Amino acid sequence: MNKSKSVMCGKLTVKARWLWEQTIRLHGRAPETRLASSLSLVEILTALYYNGYVKSKPAELNWEGRDRVIISKGHGAITLYAILADLGYYPMNELERVGQQGSFLGGIPDPIIPGFETVNGSLGHGLGVGCGMACGLRQKDNTSTSVVVIVGDGELHEGANWEAAMFAGHHRLNNVVCIVDFNKKAMLDNTDKIIGLEPLDAKFSAFGWDTFRVDGHNLAALTDCFERVFKYPRKGPVAIIADTIKGRGVPVMESDPLCHVRTLSKKEIAELLGETRD
Amino acid sequence: MTDRPAKRMRDMFLQGVLEEMNAATDIFFVTADFGSPVLDNIREQHPDRFLNVGIAEQNLINISTGLALEGFRVFAYAIAPFITMRCLEQTRTNLCVLASVKPLSVCLVGVGAGMSYDVSGPTHQALEDISIMRSLPNMAVFSPADAECSHDLAKHVSRRKGASYVRLDGKALPPIYQANERLDWNKGFNVLRKGTSASLVSTGYMTHKAMETADILTKKNKRISVVDVYSLNHLNAVAFADCIKDAGPVITLEEGFTGRGGLDCLIMNAIKGRTITALGLLPEYRFDIGNRDDLLKLHGLDANTIAEKVLQTAVH
Repeated sequence: MNKSKSVMCGKLTVKARWLWEQTIRLHGRAPETRLASSLSLVEILTALYYNGYVKSKPAELNWEGRDRVIISKGHGAITLYAILADLGYYPMNELERVGQQGSFLGGIPDPIIPGFETVNGSLGHGLGVGCGMACGLRQKDNTSTSVVVIVGDGELHEGANWEAAMFAGHHRLNNVVCIVDFNKKAMLDNTDKIIGLEPLDAKFSAFGWDTFRVDGHNLAALTDCFERVFKYPRKGPVAIIADTIKGRGVPVMESDPLCHVRTLSKKEIAELLGETRD
Repeated sequence: MTDRPAKRMRDMFLQGVLEEMNAATDIFFVTADFGSPVLDNIREQHPDRFLNVGIAEQNLINISTGLALEGFRVFAYAIAPFITMRCLEQTRTNLCVLASVKPLSVCLVGVGAGMSYDVSGPTHQALEDISIMRSLPNMAVFSPADAECSHDLAKHVSRRKGASYVRLDGKALPPIYQANERLDWNKGFNVLRKGTSASLVSTGYMTHKAMETADILTKKNKRISVVDVYSLNHLNAVAFADCIKDAGPVITLEEGFTGRGGLDCLIMNAIKGRTITALGLLPEYRFDIGNRDDLLKLHGLDANTIAEKVLQTAVH
Protein backbone atom coordinates (compact mmCIF):
# COMPACT_ATOMS: atom_id res chain seq x y z
CA MET A 1 0.00 0.00 0.00
CA ASN A 2 1.45 3.40 -0.89
CA LYS A 3 1.65 6.21 1.67
CA SER A 4 -1.29 8.35 0.55
CA LYS A 5 -3.48 5.29 0.39
CA SER A 6 -2.49 4.27 3.88
CA VAL A 7 -3.25 7.79 5.19
CA MET A 8 -6.63 7.66 3.49
CA CYS A 9 -7.37 4.24 4.96
CA GLY A 10 -6.31 5.56 8.36
CA LYS A 11 -8.90 8.33 8.07
CA LEU A 12 -11.50 5.83 6.96
CA THR A 13 -10.68 3.61 9.89
CA VAL A 14 -11.27 6.48 12.29
CA LYS A 15 -14.54 7.30 10.54
CA ALA A 16 -15.66 3.68 10.58
CA ARG A 17 -14.97 3.46 14.30
CA TRP A 18 -16.98 6.65 14.86
CA LEU A 19 -19.88 5.25 12.83
CA TRP A 20 -19.72 1.95 14.70
CA GLU A 21 -20.03 3.85 17.97
CA GLN A 22 -22.77 6.11 16.63
CA THR A 23 -24.71 3.07 15.46
CA ILE A 24 -24.52 1.51 18.90
CA ARG A 25 -25.52 4.80 20.53
CA LEU A 26 -28.54 5.08 18.20
CA HIS A 27 -29.52 1.57 19.19
CA GLY A 28 -29.09 2.49 22.84
CA ARG A 29 -31.54 5.38 22.41
CA ALA A 30 -34.01 3.35 20.35
CA PRO A 31 -33.66 -0.34 21.29
CA GLU A 32 -36.21 -1.34 18.64
CA THR A 33 -33.65 -0.50 15.92
CA ARG A 34 -31.86 -3.50 14.45
CA LEU A 35 -28.28 -3.26 15.59
CA ALA A 36 -26.72 -6.47 14.26
CA SER A 37 -27.97 -5.88 10.73
CA SER A 38 -26.59 -2.33 10.83
CA LEU A 39 -23.16 -3.24 12.13
CA SER A 40 -22.42 -5.53 9.19
CA LEU A 41 -22.74 -2.49 6.92
CA VAL A 42 -20.46 -0.02 8.73
CA GLU A 43 -17.33 -0.42 6.62
CA ILE A 44 -19.29 -0.77 3.35
CA LEU A 45 -21.06 2.55 3.94
CA THR A 46 -17.88 4.20 5.19
CA ALA A 47 -15.94 3.25 2.07
CA LEU A 48 -18.87 4.21 -0.15
CA TYR A 49 -19.64 7.64 1.31
CA TYR A 50 -16.30 8.88 2.64
CA ASN A 51 -14.29 8.11 -0.50
CA GLY A 52 -16.65 10.26 -2.54
CA TYR A 53 -18.18 7.45 -4.58
CA VAL A 54 -21.67 8.76 -3.90
CA LYS A 55 -22.33 12.14 -5.55
CA SER A 56 -24.74 14.20 -3.47
CA LYS A 57 -25.76 17.73 -2.55
CA PRO A 58 -27.33 17.57 0.89
CA ALA A 59 -28.77 21.08 0.45
CA GLU A 60 -30.44 20.10 -2.81
CA LEU A 61 -32.20 16.80 -2.22
CA ASN A 62 -33.62 16.46 -5.73
CA TRP A 63 -30.41 17.44 -7.52
CA GLU A 64 -30.58 15.54 -10.80
CA GLY A 65 -26.90 14.61 -10.66
CA ARG A 66 -27.09 12.85 -7.30
CA ASP A 67 -26.38 9.16 -7.20
CA ARG A 68 -29.48 7.30 -6.09
CA VAL A 69 -28.74 5.17 -3.05
CA ILE A 70 -31.43 2.72 -2.02
CA ILE A 71 -30.97 0.79 1.18
CA SER A 72 -33.35 -2.03 0.52
CA LYS A 73 -32.47 -3.81 3.76
CA GLY A 74 -33.98 -0.94 5.71
CA HIS A 75 -33.48 -2.62 9.07
CA GLY A 76 -29.77 -2.24 8.64
CA ALA A 77 -29.82 1.43 7.87
CA ILE A 78 -29.31 3.14 11.20
CA THR A 79 -25.60 3.59 10.44
CA LEU A 80 -26.75 5.72 7.54
CA TYR A 81 -28.59 8.02 9.96
CA ALA A 82 -25.25 9.05 11.37
CA ILE A 83 -23.63 9.37 7.93
CA LEU A 84 -26.38 11.60 6.56
CA ALA A 85 -26.19 13.82 9.64
CA ASP A 86 -22.41 13.96 9.28
CA LEU A 87 -22.75 14.96 5.61
CA GLY A 88 -25.17 17.76 6.49
CA TYR A 89 -28.52 16.33 5.41
CA TYR A 90 -29.85 17.27 8.85
CA PRO A 91 -28.38 18.50 12.13
CA MET A 92 -26.37 16.05 14.18
CA ASN A 93 -28.66 16.54 17.16
CA GLU A 94 -31.45 14.77 15.23
CA LEU A 95 -29.60 11.58 16.15
CA GLU A 96 -30.47 12.26 19.79
CA ARG A 97 -34.18 12.02 19.00
CA VAL A 98 -34.20 8.70 17.15
CA GLY A 99 -37.39 6.74 17.78
CA GLN A 100 -39.01 9.62 19.65
CA GLN A 101 -42.28 11.31 18.83
CA GLY A 102 -41.70 14.08 16.31
CA SER A 103 -38.42 12.67 14.98
CA PHE A 104 -38.15 11.51 11.39
CA LEU A 105 -35.66 8.82 12.39
CA GLY A 106 -37.58 5.63 13.10
CA GLY A 107 -36.65 1.98 13.39
CA ILE A 108 -36.74 1.56 9.62
CA PRO A 109 -35.95 4.53 7.39
CA ASP A 110 -38.59 6.06 5.16
CA PRO A 111 -38.29 8.84 2.61
CA ILE A 112 -39.45 11.40 5.16
CA ILE A 113 -35.76 11.38 6.10
CA PRO A 114 -33.71 13.75 3.94
CA GLY A 115 -31.42 11.66 1.76
CA PHE A 116 -33.60 8.56 1.52
CA GLU A 117 -35.15 7.93 -1.87
CA THR A 118 -37.62 5.12 -1.31
CA VAL A 119 -39.67 3.24 1.25
CA ASN A 120 -37.34 0.65 2.73
CA GLY A 121 -37.44 -2.38 4.94
CA SER A 122 -40.23 -4.25 3.23
CA LEU A 123 -37.70 -6.58 1.72
CA GLY A 124 -37.13 -7.31 -1.92
CA HIS A 125 -38.33 -4.02 -3.40
CA GLY A 126 -35.18 -1.95 -3.70
CA LEU A 127 -33.50 -3.68 -6.59
CA GLY A 128 -36.57 -3.52 -8.86
CA VAL A 129 -37.29 0.11 -8.00
CA GLY A 130 -33.62 0.89 -8.57
CA CYS A 131 -33.77 -0.76 -12.00
CA GLY A 132 -36.78 1.40 -12.85
CA MET A 133 -34.83 4.49 -11.81
CA ALA A 134 -31.93 3.28 -13.95
CA CYS A 135 -34.23 3.03 -16.99
CA GLY A 136 -35.53 6.52 -16.27
CA LEU A 137 -32.01 7.94 -16.00
CA ARG A 138 -31.06 6.25 -19.26
CA GLN A 139 -34.11 7.71 -20.98
CA LYS A 140 -33.12 11.17 -19.70
CA ASP A 141 -29.60 10.63 -21.12
CA ASN A 142 -28.21 11.00 -17.62
CA THR A 143 -25.19 8.72 -17.99
CA SER A 144 -23.13 10.03 -15.08
CA THR A 145 -25.45 8.92 -12.31
CA SER A 146 -25.42 5.53 -10.62
CA VAL A 147 -28.18 3.72 -8.79
CA VAL A 148 -26.64 1.94 -5.81
CA VAL A 149 -28.88 -0.65 -4.17
CA ILE A 150 -27.82 -2.23 -0.90
CA VAL A 151 -29.52 -5.54 -0.18
CA GLY A 152 -29.11 -8.15 2.50
CA ASP A 153 -28.55 -11.82 1.85
CA GLY A 154 -31.64 -12.89 3.79
CA GLU A 155 -33.58 -10.48 1.61
CA LEU A 156 -32.42 -12.33 -1.50
CA HIS A 157 -34.89 -15.09 -0.68
CA GLU A 158 -37.55 -12.69 -1.97
CA GLY A 159 -38.22 -13.65 -5.59
CA ALA A 160 -38.78 -10.09 -6.77
CA ASN A 161 -35.00 -9.55 -6.49
CA TRP A 162 -34.44 -12.13 -9.16
CA GLU A 163 -37.11 -10.66 -11.41
CA ALA A 164 -35.13 -7.42 -11.14
CA ALA A 165 -31.80 -9.18 -11.59
CA MET A 166 -33.03 -10.77 -14.84
CA PHE A 167 -34.34 -7.41 -16.01
CA ALA A 168 -31.09 -5.56 -15.25
CA GLY A 169 -29.00 -8.21 -16.97
CA HIS A 170 -31.21 -8.26 -20.03
CA HIS A 171 -31.25 -4.48 -20.40
CA ARG A 172 -27.54 -4.17 -19.59
CA LEU A 173 -28.26 -1.56 -16.94
CA ASN A 174 -24.68 -0.40 -16.44
CA ASN A 175 -25.86 2.35 -14.12
CA VAL A 176 -26.98 -0.17 -11.49
CA VAL A 177 -24.64 -1.33 -8.73
CA CYS A 178 -26.01 -3.82 -6.23
CA ILE A 179 -24.07 -4.30 -3.01
CA VAL A 180 -24.99 -7.46 -1.13
CA ASP A 181 -24.30 -7.27 2.60
CA PHE A 182 -23.66 -11.00 2.82
CA ASN A 183 -23.72 -11.35 6.60
CA LYS A 184 -24.92 -14.96 6.38
CA LYS A 185 -27.78 -14.53 8.82
CA ALA A 186 -31.49 -13.88 8.50
CA MET A 187 -33.85 -13.73 11.46
CA LEU A 188 -34.14 -17.34 12.56
CA ASP A 189 -30.86 -18.85 11.49
CA ASN A 190 -27.83 -18.74 9.24
CA THR A 191 -28.98 -18.29 5.66
CA ASP A 192 -27.15 -21.43 4.52
CA LYS A 193 -29.39 -23.41 6.88
CA ILE A 194 -32.58 -21.69 5.71
CA ILE A 195 -32.12 -21.62 1.93
CA GLY A 196 -28.51 -21.61 0.82
CA LEU A 197 -27.47 -18.74 -1.44
CA GLU A 198 -24.05 -19.88 -2.58
CA PRO A 199 -22.53 -19.63 -5.08
CA LEU A 200 -24.00 -16.12 -4.88
CA ASP A 201 -21.59 -14.37 -7.22
CA ALA A 202 -22.12 -17.11 -9.81
CA LYS A 203 -25.88 -16.62 -9.51
CA PHE A 204 -25.59 -12.93 -10.37
CA SER A 205 -23.09 -13.74 -13.14
CA ALA A 206 -25.55 -16.21 -14.64
CA PHE A 207 -28.12 -13.40 -14.73
CA GLY A 208 -25.77 -11.22 -16.77
CA TRP A 209 -24.13 -9.18 -14.01
CA ASP A 210 -20.45 -8.43 -13.57
CA THR A 211 -19.61 -9.55 -10.07
CA PHE A 212 -17.02 -8.72 -7.45
CA ARG A 213 -16.46 -10.45 -4.17
CA VAL A 214 -14.87 -8.52 -1.36
CA ASP A 215 -14.21 -8.64 2.38
CA GLY A 216 -16.94 -6.29 3.57
CA HIS A 217 -15.05 -5.25 6.68
CA ASN A 218 -11.73 -4.48 4.98
CA LEU A 219 -11.73 -0.78 4.14
CA ALA A 220 -8.77 -1.05 1.77
CA ALA A 221 -10.33 -3.94 -0.12
CA LEU A 222 -13.69 -2.19 -0.30
CA THR A 223 -12.05 0.99 -1.54
CA ASP A 224 -10.15 -0.91 -4.24
CA CYS A 225 -13.37 -2.62 -5.32
CA PHE A 226 -15.41 0.59 -5.39
CA GLU A 227 -12.60 2.33 -7.28
CA ARG A 228 -12.82 -0.29 -10.01
CA VAL A 229 -16.61 -0.19 -10.09
CA PHE A 230 -17.29 3.54 -9.86
CA LYS A 231 -14.31 5.10 -11.63
CA TYR A 232 -14.36 3.10 -14.83
CA PRO A 233 -17.04 2.53 -17.48
CA ARG A 234 -19.27 -0.45 -16.78
CA LYS A 235 -20.66 -2.75 -19.46
CA GLY A 236 -23.65 -3.95 -17.49
CA PRO A 237 -25.05 -4.15 -13.99
CA VAL A 238 -22.52 -4.84 -11.26
CA ALA A 239 -23.05 -6.91 -8.13
CA ILE A 240 -20.58 -6.57 -5.27
CA ILE A 241 -20.88 -9.45 -2.87
CA ALA A 242 -19.45 -8.20 0.39
CA ASP A 243 -18.71 -10.93 2.91
CA THR A 244 -19.58 -9.54 6.30
CA ILE A 245 -20.31 -10.55 9.87
CA LYS A 246 -23.66 -9.72 11.38
CA GLY A 247 -23.24 -7.81 14.63
CA ARG A 248 -19.62 -7.01 13.73
CA GLY A 249 -17.59 -5.94 16.73
CA VAL A 250 -20.10 -7.15 19.30
CA PRO A 251 -18.99 -10.64 20.37
CA VAL A 252 -22.37 -11.67 21.82
CA MET A 253 -23.99 -10.82 18.49
CA GLU A 254 -21.35 -12.25 16.20
CA SER A 255 -21.77 -15.65 17.85
CA ASP A 256 -25.58 -15.60 17.99
CA PRO A 257 -27.56 -16.95 15.00
CA LEU A 258 -30.59 -15.09 16.39
CA CYS A 259 -28.76 -11.77 16.70
CA HIS A 260 -31.07 -10.00 14.24
CA VAL A 261 -33.62 -9.34 16.94
CA ARG A 262 -31.14 -9.09 19.80
CA THR A 263 -31.24 -5.91 21.80
CA LEU A 264 -28.28 -4.83 23.87
CA SER A 265 -28.74 -3.68 27.44
CA LYS A 266 -27.51 -0.29 28.58
CA LYS A 267 -24.79 -2.08 30.52
CA GLU A 268 -23.64 -4.03 27.44
CA ILE A 269 -23.59 -0.82 25.42
CA ALA A 270 -21.59 1.02 28.05
CA GLU A 271 -19.07 -1.81 28.12
CA LEU A 272 -18.74 -1.85 24.33
CA LEU A 273 -18.14 1.89 24.25
CA GLY A 274 -15.68 1.71 27.14
CA GLU A 275 -17.89 3.88 29.25
CA THR A 276 -18.29 1.65 32.25
CA ARG A 277 -17.59 3.09 35.67
CA ASP A 278 -15.30 0.59 37.31
CA MET B 1 -79.66 1.55 -27.88
CA THR B 2 -77.48 2.12 -30.89
CA ASP B 3 -76.17 0.47 -34.02
CA ARG B 4 -72.60 1.51 -33.33
CA PRO B 5 -70.28 -1.49 -33.14
CA ALA B 6 -69.15 -3.21 -29.97
CA LYS B 7 -65.63 -2.18 -29.01
CA ARG B 8 -63.02 -3.26 -26.54
CA MET B 9 -62.25 -0.84 -23.75
CA ARG B 10 -58.56 -1.62 -23.93
CA ASP B 11 -58.34 -0.59 -27.58
CA MET B 12 -59.88 2.81 -26.93
CA PHE B 13 -58.00 3.29 -23.67
CA LEU B 14 -54.68 2.41 -25.29
CA GLN B 15 -55.49 4.66 -28.23
CA GLY B 16 -55.87 7.48 -25.71
CA VAL B 17 -52.54 6.53 -24.12
CA LEU B 18 -50.87 6.45 -27.54
CA GLU B 19 -52.15 9.94 -28.31
CA GLU B 20 -50.78 11.18 -25.00
CA MET B 21 -47.43 9.49 -25.68
CA ASN B 22 -47.34 11.11 -29.11
CA ALA B 23 -47.87 14.51 -27.50
CA ALA B 24 -45.50 14.21 -24.54
CA THR B 25 -42.11 12.60 -24.02
CA ASP B 26 -42.47 11.84 -20.33
CA ILE B 27 -44.85 8.87 -20.50
CA PHE B 28 -43.66 5.27 -20.20
CA PHE B 29 -45.72 2.18 -20.95
CA VAL B 30 -44.72 -0.96 -19.07
CA THR B 31 -46.38 -4.32 -19.61
CA ALA B 32 -46.12 -7.74 -17.98
CA ASP B 33 -46.07 -9.48 -21.35
CA PHE B 34 -49.68 -8.63 -22.06
CA GLY B 35 -50.66 -7.07 -25.34
CA SER B 36 -53.30 -5.96 -27.80
CA PRO B 37 -53.32 -4.67 -31.38
CA VAL B 38 -53.24 -1.04 -30.25
CA LEU B 39 -50.40 -1.86 -27.90
CA ASP B 40 -48.44 -2.94 -30.96
CA ASN B 41 -48.73 0.64 -32.19
CA ILE B 42 -47.37 1.94 -28.90
CA ARG B 43 -44.38 -0.36 -28.92
CA GLU B 44 -43.63 0.26 -32.58
CA GLN B 45 -43.96 4.03 -32.35
CA HIS B 46 -42.32 4.50 -28.95
CA PRO B 47 -39.80 1.69 -28.46
CA ASP B 48 -37.71 3.87 -26.15
CA ARG B 49 -40.61 4.32 -23.73
CA PHE B 50 -42.06 0.84 -23.92
CA LEU B 51 -40.88 -1.91 -21.59
CA ASN B 52 -41.99 -5.51 -21.34
CA VAL B 53 -40.85 -6.87 -17.99
CA GLY B 54 -42.08 -10.36 -18.82
CA ILE B 55 -44.60 -12.25 -16.73
CA ALA B 56 -43.39 -10.57 -13.56
CA GLU B 57 -46.01 -8.34 -11.97
CA GLN B 58 -43.93 -7.59 -8.87
CA ASN B 59 -41.19 -6.23 -11.07
CA LEU B 60 -43.80 -4.43 -13.18
CA ILE B 61 -44.73 -2.32 -10.17
CA ASN B 62 -41.17 -1.85 -8.97
CA ILE B 63 -39.88 -0.77 -12.38
CA SER B 64 -42.86 1.57 -12.77
CA THR B 65 -42.11 3.07 -9.35
CA GLY B 66 -38.50 3.72 -10.29
CA LEU B 67 -39.52 5.39 -13.54
CA ALA B 68 -42.07 7.51 -11.69
CA LEU B 69 -39.45 8.60 -9.16
CA GLU B 70 -37.37 9.82 -12.09
CA GLY B 71 -40.26 12.03 -13.14
CA PHE B 72 -41.99 9.89 -15.74
CA ARG B 73 -45.70 9.26 -15.91
CA VAL B 74 -46.20 5.52 -16.14
CA PHE B 75 -48.87 3.15 -17.37
CA ALA B 76 -48.42 -0.41 -16.06
CA TYR B 77 -50.45 -3.00 -17.93
CA ALA B 78 -51.42 -6.59 -17.09
CA ILE B 79 -54.37 -8.90 -16.53
CA ALA B 80 -56.66 -7.51 -13.81
CA PRO B 81 -56.39 -10.19 -11.09
CA PHE B 82 -52.63 -10.33 -11.43
CA ILE B 83 -51.90 -6.61 -11.45
CA THR B 84 -54.10 -6.14 -8.40
CA MET B 85 -53.22 -9.22 -6.35
CA ARG B 86 -49.92 -10.78 -7.41
CA CYS B 87 -48.08 -7.57 -6.61
CA LEU B 88 -50.38 -5.98 -4.05
CA GLU B 89 -47.63 -5.36 -1.51
CA GLN B 90 -45.42 -3.74 -4.13
CA THR B 91 -48.34 -1.47 -4.99
CA ARG B 92 -49.08 -0.68 -1.37
CA THR B 93 -45.48 0.03 -0.39
CA ASN B 94 -43.96 1.53 -3.50
CA LEU B 95 -46.95 3.39 -4.87
CA CYS B 96 -49.41 4.11 -2.08
CA VAL B 97 -47.03 4.57 0.84
CA LEU B 98 -44.43 6.36 -1.26
CA ALA B 99 -47.05 8.61 -2.87
CA SER B 100 -47.65 10.11 0.58
CA VAL B 101 -44.25 11.79 0.41
CA LYS B 102 -43.11 11.76 -3.23
CA PRO B 103 -44.88 12.97 -6.34
CA LEU B 104 -45.75 9.92 -8.42
CA SER B 105 -47.98 9.36 -11.41
CA VAL B 106 -48.56 5.68 -12.05
CA CYS B 107 -51.68 4.15 -13.55
CA LEU B 108 -52.22 0.42 -13.19
CA VAL B 109 -54.31 -0.87 -16.05
CA GLY B 110 -55.94 -4.24 -15.52
CA VAL B 111 -57.80 -6.04 -18.28
CA GLY B 112 -60.41 -8.67 -17.47
CA ALA B 113 -62.80 -7.01 -15.04
CA GLY B 114 -65.28 -9.31 -13.33
CA MET B 115 -65.91 -12.49 -15.28
CA SER B 116 -64.86 -11.17 -18.66
CA TYR B 117 -62.37 -14.03 -18.88
CA ASP B 118 -65.33 -16.36 -18.54
CA VAL B 119 -64.01 -19.75 -19.67
CA SER B 120 -60.58 -19.16 -18.14
CA GLY B 121 -62.05 -19.75 -14.70
CA PRO B 122 -61.39 -18.28 -11.27
CA THR B 123 -57.67 -17.57 -11.68
CA HIS B 124 -58.34 -15.08 -14.45
CA GLN B 125 -61.52 -13.53 -13.13
CA ALA B 126 -61.31 -10.35 -11.09
CA LEU B 127 -64.01 -10.52 -8.44
CA GLU B 128 -62.06 -8.99 -5.55
CA ASP B 129 -60.11 -6.26 -7.31
CA ILE B 130 -62.49 -3.40 -6.51
CA SER B 131 -62.57 -4.23 -2.79
CA ILE B 132 -58.82 -4.71 -2.60
CA MET B 133 -57.83 -1.59 -4.50
CA ARG B 134 -60.46 0.50 -2.77
CA SER B 135 -58.87 -0.34 0.57
CA LEU B 136 -55.64 1.44 -0.38
CA PRO B 137 -55.10 5.10 0.52
CA ASN B 138 -53.66 7.21 -2.32
CA MET B 139 -55.23 4.92 -4.92
CA ALA B 140 -57.95 6.01 -7.31
CA VAL B 141 -60.09 3.25 -8.79
CA PHE B 142 -61.78 3.73 -12.14
CA SER B 143 -64.24 1.28 -13.65
CA PRO B 144 -65.57 2.44 -17.03
CA ALA B 145 -68.67 0.92 -18.60
CA ASP B 146 -67.68 1.07 -22.25
CA ALA B 147 -64.92 1.71 -24.75
CA GLU B 148 -66.11 5.20 -25.66
CA CYS B 149 -65.53 6.73 -22.24
CA SER B 150 -62.34 4.68 -21.79
CA HIS B 151 -60.61 6.90 -24.33
CA ASP B 152 -61.37 9.94 -22.20
CA LEU B 153 -60.34 8.04 -19.07
CA ALA B 154 -56.87 7.48 -20.53
CA LYS B 155 -56.52 11.23 -20.98
CA HIS B 156 -57.77 11.87 -17.47
CA VAL B 157 -55.42 9.45 -15.70
CA SER B 158 -52.43 10.50 -17.77
CA ARG B 159 -52.80 13.99 -16.33
CA ARG B 160 -53.60 12.81 -12.84
CA LYS B 161 -51.06 12.87 -10.03
CA GLY B 162 -50.83 9.86 -7.75
CA ALA B 163 -51.59 6.19 -8.22
CA SER B 164 -54.65 4.85 -9.95
CA TYR B 165 -56.15 1.55 -11.00
CA VAL B 166 -58.20 1.29 -14.16
CA ARG B 167 -60.20 -1.93 -14.53
CA LEU B 168 -61.08 -2.63 -18.12
CA ASP B 169 -63.47 -5.24 -19.43
CA GLY B 170 -61.95 -7.97 -21.56
CA LYS B 171 -64.86 -8.24 -23.99
CA ALA B 172 -66.02 -6.05 -26.83
CA LEU B 173 -69.10 -4.26 -25.50
CA PRO B 174 -71.76 -2.16 -27.21
CA PRO B 175 -71.51 1.56 -26.50
CA ILE B 176 -73.30 3.22 -23.63
CA TYR B 177 -71.75 6.64 -24.07
CA GLN B 178 -71.35 8.82 -27.14
CA ALA B 179 -68.17 8.50 -29.19
CA ASN B 180 -65.31 10.04 -27.23
CA GLU B 181 -67.70 11.17 -24.51
CA ARG B 182 -66.00 13.13 -21.77
CA LEU B 183 -67.10 12.24 -18.27
CA ASP B 184 -66.62 14.03 -14.99
CA TRP B 185 -64.16 11.54 -13.48
CA ASN B 186 -63.88 13.53 -10.27
CA LYS B 187 -67.62 13.40 -9.69
CA GLY B 188 -67.42 9.68 -10.30
CA PHE B 189 -70.89 8.81 -11.57
CA ASN B 190 -73.31 9.52 -14.34
CA VAL B 191 -77.09 9.20 -14.41
CA LEU B 192 -77.97 7.24 -17.53
CA ARG B 193 -81.69 7.06 -16.84
CA LYS B 194 -83.97 8.87 -14.45
CA GLY B 195 -86.84 7.15 -12.68
CA THR B 196 -88.56 6.99 -9.34
CA SER B 197 -89.57 3.32 -8.99
CA ALA B 198 -86.11 2.06 -8.13
CA SER B 199 -82.47 2.94 -8.74
CA LEU B 200 -79.96 0.56 -10.22
CA VAL B 201 -76.45 1.62 -9.27
CA SER B 202 -73.85 -0.29 -11.22
CA THR B 203 -70.29 -0.31 -12.45
CA GLY B 204 -68.49 -1.72 -15.48
CA TYR B 205 -70.22 -4.51 -17.36
CA MET B 206 -73.10 -4.54 -14.88
CA THR B 207 -74.13 -1.14 -16.16
CA HIS B 208 -75.08 -2.98 -19.36
CA LYS B 209 -77.14 -5.42 -17.28
CA ALA B 210 -78.72 -2.48 -15.47
CA MET B 211 -79.79 -0.93 -18.75
CA GLU B 212 -81.21 -4.27 -19.92
CA THR B 213 -83.07 -4.63 -16.64
CA ALA B 214 -84.45 -1.10 -16.93
CA ASP B 215 -85.72 -1.93 -20.43
CA ILE B 216 -87.53 -5.00 -19.11
CA LEU B 217 -89.09 -3.07 -16.24
CA THR B 218 -90.11 -0.14 -18.42
CA LYS B 219 -92.38 -2.58 -20.23
CA LYS B 220 -93.91 -3.32 -16.82
CA ASN B 221 -94.58 0.39 -16.31
CA LYS B 222 -91.77 0.93 -13.86
CA ARG B 223 -89.56 3.95 -14.08
CA ILE B 224 -86.04 2.86 -13.23
CA SER B 225 -83.02 5.05 -12.57
CA VAL B 226 -79.69 3.77 -13.82
CA VAL B 227 -76.57 5.31 -12.33
CA ASP B 228 -73.20 4.31 -13.72
CA VAL B 229 -70.53 4.64 -11.03
CA TYR B 230 -67.07 4.74 -12.57
CA SER B 231 -64.89 6.30 -9.90
CA LEU B 232 -64.86 3.92 -6.97
CA ASN B 233 -62.61 5.68 -4.51
CA HIS B 234 -63.32 9.32 -5.19
CA LEU B 235 -67.07 9.37 -5.64
CA ASN B 236 -68.63 12.73 -4.89
CA ALA B 237 -70.89 11.33 -2.18
CA VAL B 238 -72.88 14.52 -1.66
CA ALA B 239 -73.74 14.84 -5.34
CA PHE B 240 -74.50 11.13 -5.51
CA ALA B 241 -76.81 11.17 -2.49
CA ASP B 242 -78.56 14.18 -3.94
CA CYS B 243 -79.13 12.58 -7.34
CA ILE B 244 -80.54 9.43 -5.82
CA LYS B 245 -82.69 10.88 -3.04
CA ASP B 246 -86.00 10.75 -4.90
CA ALA B 247 -85.21 7.78 -7.08
CA GLY B 248 -86.74 4.93 -5.09
CA PRO B 249 -85.04 1.98 -3.39
CA VAL B 250 -81.37 1.54 -4.26
CA ILE B 251 -80.05 -1.69 -5.74
CA THR B 252 -76.32 -2.01 -6.38
CA LEU B 253 -75.08 -4.29 -9.12
CA GLU B 254 -71.51 -5.48 -9.30
CA GLU B 255 -69.73 -8.34 -10.99
CA GLY B 256 -67.76 -9.05 -7.86
CA PHE B 257 -68.22 -10.33 -4.33
CA THR B 258 -70.82 -8.50 -2.27
CA GLY B 259 -70.29 -7.60 1.36
CA ARG B 260 -66.56 -7.31 0.83
CA GLY B 261 -65.96 -3.60 0.48
CA GLY B 262 -66.81 -3.16 -3.19
CA LEU B 263 -69.46 -1.02 -4.89
CA ASP B 264 -72.08 -1.96 -2.30
CA CYS B 265 -69.90 -0.66 0.51
CA LEU B 266 -69.12 2.53 -1.40
CA ILE B 267 -72.80 3.27 -1.96
CA MET B 268 -73.82 2.31 1.56
CA ASN B 269 -71.37 4.87 2.89
CA ALA B 270 -72.43 7.49 0.36
CA ILE B 271 -76.09 7.28 1.35
CA LYS B 272 -75.79 6.49 5.03
CA GLY B 273 -79.06 5.64 6.69
CA ARG B 274 -80.74 4.27 3.59
CA THR B 275 -81.15 0.56 3.03
CA ILE B 276 -79.65 -0.84 -0.12
CA THR B 277 -80.05 -4.18 -1.84
CA ALA B 278 -76.65 -5.45 -2.92
CA LEU B 279 -76.63 -7.74 -5.95
CA GLY B 280 -73.42 -9.43 -6.98
CA LEU B 281 -71.57 -12.66 -6.41
CA LEU B 282 -71.52 -14.74 -3.27
CA PRO B 283 -68.00 -14.83 -1.88
CA GLU B 284 -67.01 -18.24 -3.18
CA TYR B 285 -64.80 -19.61 -5.95
CA ARG B 286 -66.56 -21.68 -8.59
CA PHE B 287 -65.46 -23.64 -11.59
CA ASP B 288 -68.58 -23.30 -13.74
CA ILE B 289 -67.86 -23.40 -17.45
CA GLY B 290 -69.83 -21.29 -19.86
CA ASN B 291 -69.91 -17.90 -21.48
CA ARG B 292 -70.18 -14.79 -19.36
CA ASP B 293 -73.95 -14.49 -19.49
CA ASP B 294 -74.30 -18.21 -18.67
CA LEU B 295 -72.13 -17.65 -15.61
CA LEU B 296 -73.99 -14.52 -14.54
CA LYS B 297 -77.27 -16.39 -14.84
CA LEU B 298 -75.96 -19.05 -12.47
CA HIS B 299 -75.43 -16.24 -9.97
CA GLY B 300 -78.83 -14.70 -10.59
CA LEU B 301 -77.28 -11.73 -12.35
CA ASP B 302 -79.07 -12.01 -15.69
CA ALA B 303 -81.41 -9.15 -16.51
CA ASN B 304 -84.62 -11.16 -15.99
CA THR B 305 -83.64 -12.33 -12.52
CA ILE B 306 -82.38 -8.87 -11.59
CA ALA B 307 -85.71 -7.44 -12.80
CA GLU B 308 -87.60 -9.86 -10.54
CA LYS B 309 -85.50 -8.82 -7.58
CA VAL B 310 -85.99 -5.15 -8.37
CA LEU B 311 -89.76 -5.66 -8.52
CA GLN B 312 -89.63 -6.99 -4.97
CA THR B 313 -88.28 -3.68 -3.74
CA ALA B 314 -89.60 -1.19 -6.31
CA VAL B 315 -92.23 1.36 -5.45
CA HIS B 316 -95.22 2.45 -7.62
